[in-house]
Amino acid sequence: MPTYLIVEQLLNGLQFGVMLFLSAAGLTLIFGVMGLINLAHGSLYMIGAFAAAAVAGATGSFVMALAASLAAAAAAGALVEILVIRRLYDRDHLDQVLATFALILIFSEGTRWMFGSFPLFLDVPSYLSGPVTLPGGIQYPLYRLTIIGIGLAIAAGLFLLIARTRIGIRIRAGEADREMIAALGVDISKLYTLVFALGAALAGLSGALVGAIQSVQVGMGEPVLILAFVVIVIGGIGSIKGALVGSLLVGLTDTFGRILLPVAFGTFMEPSAANSVGAALASMSIYLLMAVVLIVRPTGLYGRA
Amino acid sequence: MKLKSIALAAAMSALAIGAHAEGLKVGMITTLSGGGAGLGIDVRDGFMLAMKQSGRDDIEVVIEDDQRKPDIAVQLADKMIQSEKVDVLTGIIWSNLAMAVVPAATAQNKFYLSPNAGPSALAGKRCHKNYFNVAWQNDNLHEAAGAYAKGAGYKNTFILAPNYPAGKDALTGYKRMYGGDLAGETYTKLGQTDYAAEIAQIRASGADSVFFFLPGGMGIAFLKQYADSGVDLPVVGPAFSFDQGILQAVGEAALGVINTSQWNKDIDNAANSAFVDSFQAEYGRLPSLYASQGFDTANLLISAAGKADVKDQDAFRAALEAAEFDSVRGDFAFGPNHHPVQNIYVREVIKEGDVYTNKIVGTALENHADAYAGDCKM
Amino acid sequence: MRRETFVNIAALAALFVLPVWANATGETYWVTLTTKVVILAIAGVGLNLALGLGGLVSFGHAAFFGVGGYVMGILASHLQDYVPLLTWPFLFEGSNQMPVIWLVALVFGALTALSIGLLSLRTSGVYFIMITLAFGQMLFYFAISWPAYGGEDGLSIYVRNEFPGLNTLVPIEFYGLCLTVLVAVLFLVWRISLSSFGLALGAARQNAERLQAVGIEPFRIRLTAFVISGAITALAGAMYADLNRFVSPNMFSWQTSGEIMVFVILGGVGRLFGPVLGAALFILMEHILGGMSEFWHIYLGFVLLGVVLFARGGLMGLLAGREVSHD
Repeated sequence: MPTYLIVEQLLNGLQFGVMLFLSAAGLTLIFGVMGLINLAHGSLYMIGAFAAAAVAGATGSFVMALAASLAAAAAAGALVEILVIRRLYDRDHLDQVLATFALILIFSEGTRWMFGSFPLFLDVPSYLSGPVTLPGGIQYPLYRLTIIGIGLAIAAGLFLLIARTRIGIRIRAGEADREMIAALGVDISKLYTLVFALGAALAGLSGALVGAIQSVQVGMGEPVLILAFVVIVIGGIGSIKGALVGSLLVGLTDTFGRILLPVAFGTFMEPSAANSVGAALASMSIYLLMAVVLIVRPTGLYGRA
Repeated sequence: MKLKSIALAAAMSALAIGAHAEGLKVGMITTLSGGGAGLGIDVRDGFMLAMKQSGRDDIEVVIEDDQRKPDIAVQLADKMIQSEKVDVLTGIIWSNLAMAVVPAATAQNKFYLSPNAGPSALAGKRCHKNYFNVAWQNDNLHEAAGAYAKGAGYKNTFILAPNYPAGKDALTGYKRMYGGDLAGETYTKLGQTDYAAEIAQIRASGADSVFFFLPGGMGIAFLKQYADSGVDLPVVGPAFSFDQGILQAVGEAALGVINTSQWNKDIDNAANSAFVDSFQAEYGRLPSLYASQGFDTANLLISAAGKADVKDQDAFRAALEAAEFDSVRGDFAFGPNHHPVQNIYVREVIKEGDVYTNKIVGTALENHADAYAGDCKM
Repeated sequence: MRRETFVNIAALAALFVLPVWANATGETYWVTLTTKVVILAIAGVGLNLALGLGGLVSFGHAAFFGVGGYVMGILASHLQDYVPLLTWPFLFEGSNQMPVIWLVALVFGALTALSIGLLSLRTSGVYFIMITLAFGQMLFYFAISWPAYGGEDGLSIYVRNEFPGLNTLVPIEFYGLCLTVLVAVLFLVWRISLSSFGLALGAARQNAERLQAVGIEPFRIRLTAFVISGAITALAGAMYADLNRFVSPNMFSWQTSGEIMVFVILGGVGRLFGPVLGAALFILMEHILGGMSEFWHIYLGFVLLGVVLFARGGLMGLLAGREVSHD
């Protein structure tokens, strides 16, 4: 395989990983601070994409669309937190799973009721479309490079937020000892709503960013949800750093699995069967990765026991 | 004794009247919720439009949502047969659901008219005298794409499809008519939405053209990413990724792409233009391929119901086989395995005002039948 | 008599009487619908053993359900197509006998649960939920892309498999068979919950350290429970495949895991008859709401949400009160 192709696939894996990070970061944050397992995270991703598509259709502005995705997902997140999620913090994981499973049903079919059954249109803005030529003569879509940039910037921002700001201190305190910070006079319910809305906004933003190059449709959130879970379990639940490392691992494993496995099988099988078997194994590769990580480290790479 | 015989006579006359006035009951099992609901809704709307236009109130249609789950579809079929006592079943969109429902339904002496799915088994070895496919055999549109590629002089195509049976059938169908070399053959994960890795492979493969079969959201994602990648090889695909419902979501990325279909809204015949106008008037949107198939399915059924009573299965079957209705596709006939023999056209995606749609630019295959008819022993 | 016992007897009576009545009045479809309830209840009872009694929140029971389904599909399809399943070390042509299929399903369900359990029981809490989910997804993708048995299209079995002395094609006879299995499984799980093993399992859920202190290894107890639970769910999978005369990778999907879990929670976690009530309520809602609106999932969502928020302990909790603490 030529070097330029490997570099291009590395970028693809990186971009996929960064995108996953935006969804996984919110999920891991919410779990870390509130101890809540939120299956409806994928729905917030979907809401972001639909809000972006609707606003882009009305205004024609991609920046406005991204702003709308952040606002809509954050608002939906805050609303859900206040109405439903709040009552689940002291419940066991089982109740949380069922309640957020119910939220998926409500959000998915509610969105279909509002926007219809057909996919919506959301496109890359003209100033970000088309490929650019990288050093070494590699042609790579500008929009995907932009996604990598935005994702890494948000990762840096999140680290700063948690390490350097008052809210960050409270979030860390909340992770360490929930009763304690309430006793210290921090309005814990406001903090929880804020964290939930922040996680939702990140998911919504990633839905909008991805929606522009994929398909904005009902049900788009669930595959991402499962992937995000794989990511945070690999990284260690509650750890932002783990989410970043996990995302990149999953992104690269998936991308290279898809290219290399059929080639590997092709060395001793006839091409059509090799493609088929290779593809079958590739679709299982990230789950294998997760199983291996958990066998070696049962609480993930950066998780606390 | 006397009382009893009067009661018996009354019961018998009631029975006779019942049999006379009793019309035809149709059970439609289709996908109305969740992902993929757009296809089922189009089939239903096309079907019901034809019902409405026929004005026949003796045909009753029961509609149920299968949620795109095969087990639900099977249970709904049981319900339709056991509880609703329907005579004809129709509506299923997906091949895997059809494989789950159709053999059991036809084995219980029900008619099944397929408005969309056409798995190869049902066209070949497992064909049945009560099973009629009004859309296409699954391979047909892919074969047409292969024929088009051959005619266009493509020598080195990169082909890709999801790793599931319909995907494999698609690539097989394409290869059957294409005849040139393959620059690459890739199976992607079902439901995959990021194709960056595959597009990089296409770029590196030295292909002169691309054929893909990626239904639904997968196709939208692929086309947008392909257009954005700067690879500008010609793309050919079956109509499923270019139908009216999803074309607006693909947008400019689809402009100029060649796709193959047995129907388009500009096919020039009276039935078709009436259908396109009345569908728009009724539902406020352009009809899709699926709507046209639903409409044809209903009209086939209505034509048969006008000629024979469904209780007389042989007569009803003969009336279906004759296929004497005005298809929106123009000429339409059934082959020996009850699958269509029809033209398959080459379409190009264009923009009409603000709406993306297709226009016919040629004919890929004329009076095309499927490759499995020979295996069918009815 | 405890109220829960009363509810249990009433539920069982309803399962005996209603389908017979439906059958007599010609409403055959309700027999089929109740058969579905009974089979899904068996899957739920299987999960409930791990989840309710053992506190093992498995989000991957679809794996066992699917394995059971495919055992039926593979055995029956080989016989149907006259292609022997094994020619070595002995000739095995497949089978259309339910007892054989059920036995194989139990064995393969147990083996699958053993291998998944050995790996995933090393983790706990959310990690356990997620790793079981991942194993389910792995099998799901495997089933979709493995061409030999139909891939995503699944496998159709044209005639329901046989059971000695019964005509399984008659809905009420098949129903009776399924109900018998449900009663047997309920009895087994009830005996388990009262046995010393069951007590140890409950202790492993509530206080693993204490259990270790008395010299019992919680891992082994949990693994055994997980294996029994997986085997029961696989049995249900084989029966479900026979109900539909069809198997597909859909049986492996994470939504299936979610639904089995919903039966358990809806009915009441850890209650013997919880999954039975839960499955019945779920199927009833699916049937009634599904006929009302194409957006019926919204209503289903609100009902589920209502149960979690306001009816803790599920339907059994509402009918028979919260469970008395065992501590």
